Amino acid sequence: MLDLYVARDSPLHALAPGWKILALAIVCSVLFAIDHIALSLGALCGTLVLYRVARLSVAMAWQQVRPAWWIFGLIFVAQLVFNSWLIGLFVILRFAVLLMLAGLLTLTTKSSDMIDGIEAGLTPLRRFGFRTEGISLAISLTLRFIPVLTQVVQEVREAQNTRGLERNPFAIAIPSIVRTIKISEEISDAIDARGF
Amino acid sequence: MNTKDIVLIALFAALMAALGVVPQITLPLGVPITAQSMGVMLAGALLGAKRGGLAIALFLGLVALGLPLLAGGRGGAGVFFGASGGFLIGFVVGAFVIGLLFDRHKTQPAFLLSLIYILVGGIGVVYLFGVPWLAQIAELSLGQALVGSAAFLPGDCVKAVLTALIAREVRKAIPTL
Repeated sequence: MLDLYVARDSPLHALAPGWKILALAIVCSVLFAIDHIALSLGALCGTLVLYRVARLSVAMAWQQVRPAWWIFGLIFVAQLVFNSWLIGLFVILRFAVLLMLAGLLTLTTKSSDMIDGIEAGLTPLRRFGFRTEGISLAISLTLRFIPVLTQVVQEVREAQNTRGLERNPFAIAIPSIVRTIKISEEISDAIDARGF
Repeated sequence: MNTKDIVLIALFAALMAALGVVPQITLPLGVPITAQSMGVMLAGALLGAKRGGLAIALFLGLVALGLPLLAGGRGGAGVFFGASGGFLIGFVVGAFVIGLLFDRHKTQPAFLLSLIYILVGGIGVVYLFGVPWLAQIAELSLGQALVGSAAFLPGDCVKAVLTALIAREVRKAIPTL
């Protein structure tokens, strides 16, 4: 698993992952429930303070947002056309805060601890016959698959580019899906071989 | 449910997330047109009822955890209470129903039949949940909410045809799915 953990000696690093996930879920829900730009601005300041508390630089907070710039651009243009620039700014600001907060969780929590935390949180479900190991495996696999998918689509697009098919949605979608399913079969064999 | 099933569920949950990056258009009522409904159709048509429904449920679970994976970078438990909350619940049931219809066949169903299945589950069932919810949230009558949602129908039909074509080729390439 891709681990973005940055070791520091801070109270945020020491906090149990379950609490951090819960806090993230609550803050995100509040930000979406109360559509107000002042709240999002406040959350941005609060988030930057939390980065200082975790002894991480503001540059690291910025790094969480940077890969999403082109999505921000698209959102802003779409909101500009269909709504207004202020709503666009608000949506981007809220999005940035969420990315920074989710990034803070990743930076201060080892992935293995994160999965253990989710599993611990799901334990009560065992009483109802759920296989909770399966759920946490599925969650961590999903997060790992997202960059894999992007990479596969990129490779297929480059391959189809040489055939002049880069604008044909089928020529991109079908090989990408077939290839990722084949990759997922290899992964499940590997997991079984390790005796999951 | 074996490891292969779990990995495939995770893969299609990730596919939903990837489709969320495709730019969306938000209509005046606040309900966005997204490529993600195509992920719902693909999950049902390729994975079947149980795995397809669980893949979408897993994706929505991650959204509820606060990951901004919905189209337009939306996420958090709040989205389930918004205008499109009913459509999100309908996604899970829709994928399940498409899968149920596909599961009735031992081999690949005829193209037209599979298109009908995708239309029934991916549009019919999803709207069945989404429209009454929208009516409730936006203070509209059922008829008004239906007219408002009808703006999505042409786009959804195109997505259904695309899905039927893609699913046919993928199933041909991997018959053991």
